[in-house]
Amino acid sequence: MLAFLVQRISQAVLVMFVISVIAFAIQDGLGDPLQQMVGMSVSQDEREAIREEMGLNDPLVVQYVRFAGNALQGDLGISYFYGKPTMDVILEHLPATLELVIGASLIIIIFSVPIGVFAAIRPQAWLSKFFMGVSTVGISIPVFLTAIVLIQIFSIGVTVDWFPQDAGWGQWLNAALSTEGGLPSYGRGDDLTPLFGTWESGFFSQGGLLHLILPSVSLASIMLPLFIRLIRAEMMEVLQSDYIRYARAKGLSSSRVYFLHALKNTMLPVITVGGVQIGIMVAYTILTETVFQWPGVGLMFLEAITRSDIPLIVAYLMVVGLIFVITNTVVDLIYGLVNPTVKLTGKKA
Amino acid sequence: MKTLLTAFVGSMALATAPMAMSAEANKELKMAYDADPVSLDIHEQLSGGMLQLSHMTFDPLIRWTKDLGFEPRLAKSWERIDENTMRFELREGVNFHSGNELTAKDVKFTFDRLKQSQDYKAIFKPFSELKVIDDYTFELVTTEPYPLLLNTATYIFPLDSEFYTGKTESGKDKSAITKHGNSFASENLSGTGPYVITGRQQGVRVEFERFDDYWDTESPGNVGKIVLTPIKENNTRVSALLSGGVDFIAPVPPTDLERIRRDKNSDLVTMSGTRIILFHMNQNRVEAFKNPKVREAIAYAINQEGIAAKIMKGFATPAAQMSPEGYQGHNDSLKTRFDVEKAQQLMKEAGYEDGFTISMMAPNNRYVNDDKIAQAVAAMLARINIKVDLKTLPKAQYWPEYDARAADMMMIGWHADTEDSANFYEFLTFCPDADSGSGQYNAGNYCNPEIDELVNKANVETDLDKRTAMLKEVEQRLYDDAAFVPLHWQDLAWASKKNVKIEPILNVMNFPYLGDLVVE
Repeated sequence: MLAFLVQRISQAVLVMFVISVIAFAIQDGLGDPLQQMVGMSVSQDEREAIREEMGLNDPLVVQYVRFAGNALQGDLGISYFYGKPTMDVILEHLPATLELVIGASLIIIIFSVPIGVFAAIRPQAWLSKFFMGVSTVGISIPVFLTAIVLIQIFSIGVTVDWFPQDAGWGQWLNAALSTEGGLPSYGRGDDLTPLFGTWESGFFSQGGLLHLILPSVSLASIMLPLFIRLIRAEMMEVLQSDYIRYARAKGLSSSRVYFLHALKNTMLPVITVGGVQIGIMVAYTILTETVFQWPGVGLMFLEAITRSDIPLIVAYLMVVGLIFVITNTVVDLIYGLVNPTVKLTGKKA
Repeated sequence: MKTLLTAFVGSMALATAPMAMSAEANKELKMAYDADPVSLDIHEQLSGGMLQLSHMTFDPLIRWTKDLGFEPRLAKSWERIDENTMRFELREGVNFHSGNELTAKDVKFTFDRLKQSQDYKAIFKPFSELKVIDDYTFELVTTEPYPLLLNTATYIFPLDSEFYTGKTESGKDKSAITKHGNSFASENLSGTGPYVITGRQQGVRVEFERFDDYWDTESPGNVGKIVLTPIKENNTRVSALLSGGVDFIAPVPPTDLERIRRDKNSDLVTMSGTRIILFHMNQNRVEAFKNPKVREAIAYAINQEGIAAKIMKGFATPAAQMSPEGYQGHNDSLKTRFDVEKAQQLMKEAGYEDGFTISMMAPNNRYVNDDKIAQAVAAMLARINIKVDLKTLPKAQYWPEYDARAADMMMIGWHADTEDSANFYEFLTFCPDADSGSGQYNAGNYCNPEIDELVNKANVETDLDKRTAMLKEVEQRLYDDAAFVPLHWQDLAWASKKNVKIEPILNVMNFPYLGDLVVE
C-alpha cells in the first residue's frame, strides 16, 4: 500500500513537471500578456520598460528556472490579471467548479443506476427503448447547445401558439408546451453559505440550489447517457454469467440477485470509467461554466487564455494534472475494496 | 372628493420637495457588462471599462454631454487666462467617500499622478503644470496653446489625496500605480462619485451603494444599489436580460438586436459609434501599394455599405474617413466610393491588370465580426485580381503580429482617447517614427509630411473654426491619397428592462452616467 502511494506520488511529480515545461514552452504562442495590461496608446518604450520589470525579456530557460525554484517552495507565481498568487485565485474559484461537478455527479448517479439496471433487466420494454433512444440523442448533442436550449426553455420561457387558441384542445396543447421560465441563467446567486476557507456553498440555500440546477443538468447531459449505456451493457453481461444462474436456481429473490450479486460486479468497470470521466468532466466544465457565467476554474482558465495570463494558465494546468492523478489513485483504491481479487501494483502479493 | 385629492397631492408634494433627491435613491439595479473593472485604480489603465468605473465612483472636472459638448461637474466654471492657461473654479462643499473635503490640492495630486501613469502620461504631455491658486481655484498650464485642453480635463477625476498618501501596513506607498501585483489603490477607492464600492470579487461581481453624502443633489438618479456582474458570453448576457436576471446589459451583440427589439419587456438603445475599423496597406512590404492608383483601386473595390448591411446587420455606419460625425475633422463631402469597374480600370492604368498576391491579417475576437469582415474584404479584392492569403488570430496573438507588421494588409479599430480627429492621424497615418512614437499603429507606412505638418499646426490652433477647416482638409487629402481603407464605425448598443430609463444617461463615448439613472 505504501509503496503504491509512493509510486503514485512520484508519478504526480513527474506529471506536474512535464505539464509545467509544456505550458512554459507554448507561452510565446499564447500571445502578449502586456496587451491586456496597457491601453492602446501606450508607447513602445513604456511597454518595453514594463516588460523588463516583469522579467518577460529574460530567456525562457531563465524564466523557467526562476519559476521552478519558486514552485518548489510552493509559490506558483502571481497572476497578471488578478494581481494575487495564482494558487489563491484557483482556490477561490475551485469550490464553484467542485460544486458543479458534485451536482452533475449526483444527477448522473441518481438517474443512471436505476435506468441502466431497468434497461438491462427488461430490454424489450418500451420504456427501455425510449431511454436508449433518448440517450443516443443526448450523447450526440454538444453541451453548448443543451445549455442554450435549457436556458431558453427554463429561464426565459417559451410561448407556444402553434395550435388554434379558440379550440379547447389547441389551447391546452399551447399551454402544455409553453413554459414560464424563471430559473436563474447565470452565476451562483447571492445567498451562498460560507463553509470553510474560500468555500462558499450553494447547496444549503434555495437560491443557491436553483442556480445549480441548469448548469448541473447541462454538465450531466454529456455523461449521463454514457453511464446508462455502460451500466446496461455490463449488467446484461453479468446476468448471463454462471453464478447468477446458480443464484437464481438456488431460489434467491430476484431483487437480491439483481441488486446485490449482479449490481456489485456491474459497478467495477463503471467505477474505473467513472474515475476517468470525472477528470474529463472537469475539462467539460470549461464549456458549461462559460455558458452559465459560472465563476469556477473553467471560466477562469478560459479568460486567462484570452488574457495571456501565463502564470495562471501554468498553475491551472498543474492543478488539473494533480486532480487527474488523485482521482485515478482513489479509483484504484476503491477498486481494491470492491473487488479484493484485484492487486494494486507495487503491493506485495 | 376632487378637492380632497388635490389637497392630498399638494401636501405630498410639499412634504417631499425639501428632501434631497439622493435620499430617495432606493431602487436596485442589476447589470451585466462583458467584463468587470480590472482594478480599482483608475489610473492603472486607460480603457472603456476603467472609464465606466471612474464615472460611477468619481466625478470628472467636466464631462461630455450627449452632443459632445462640455458640462461642469466638479469644476463649476472655467476661463482662459492667456494662450496657455485655463483657470478653473472648483465646486465647494464636495466630500470624498472617506469624508475628506475636495480642494485644489486633491486636483493637483491627481494631475501629478496622471503624469506618472503609463497609460495617461501621453495624453497629459502637452501640460506643463497645474497651479494651485487657492483652495477652490487652480490653473491648468500647457507648454503651447492647446485646443484640446477641455477634452483632456474630462479625464481628470480628482482622487482623495489624503486617502492615497502615506504607507500601507506592509510599507507600500499608497499612491503607487502598479501594472501587475497588488497596490493599495488597486484595492481601495475614495472618490467623490455617486457610488461607493461595498463588495468586490474580481471576475464575479462588484457591488455599489449610493454615496449618502453625494454633492449632486440635483441629480435625478434614484438607484441606491448596483450589482455589476461580468458576463462575457454574448448569449448568456442576453439571456440574463430576457429571463429577468439582470436589468441592464451592454454591449448587445448584433445577432440579438432583433430578438431584444421584439421582446415586449425590454428596451434597446443603439448609437452610431466613434470607433473606426480600417485596413492598412503596407507600402514597405508591397511595392504596388506605393502606387496611389493601386490604393485608390482598392478603395473603389471595397463595398462598405454591403459590409455594414450584410455582415454587420446594419449595426455599423459605413465610413469613407476616420472622423465620425461630431468630430471636428468630419468631412461631410467624403462618400464611400464602391465601383468595381472603376477599380479594375485603375488597376489597369497602374499596370497591375493581372493583379498580385498579398497576405492579410485580422483579429477574430477583438471587434464585432472582425474575421467575417476580413473575409468579405478578401473576396472583394479578388474581383480586382488581388489574391489574398488571409489569417485571423485571437487578439492576444494578433497584436504582437501587428507590432511586427507581419502582413501586407492588417486590420485595426481605433477610438480617439481625446474624442478628437487629430488623435486618429497621430497614431494611424503619421510617418512612423520610433523615436517620437508617432505613427505607432501606422501599419501602412503611409507617409506624407505635409499632412503631418498640417495636423501639428491644427494642434496648436485654438480658433475652433480655423482648426476645423484644417482637420477637414487633412481628412480630404487622406481620402484623395487613399492612405488606408476605411470600413465603418462600429455601432454601440445597450438594452434594459422597460422600467430602467437608460436612454438619457447613455453617450457615444460609452460611459453611462449611472449616477443619473432613473428606475421606475
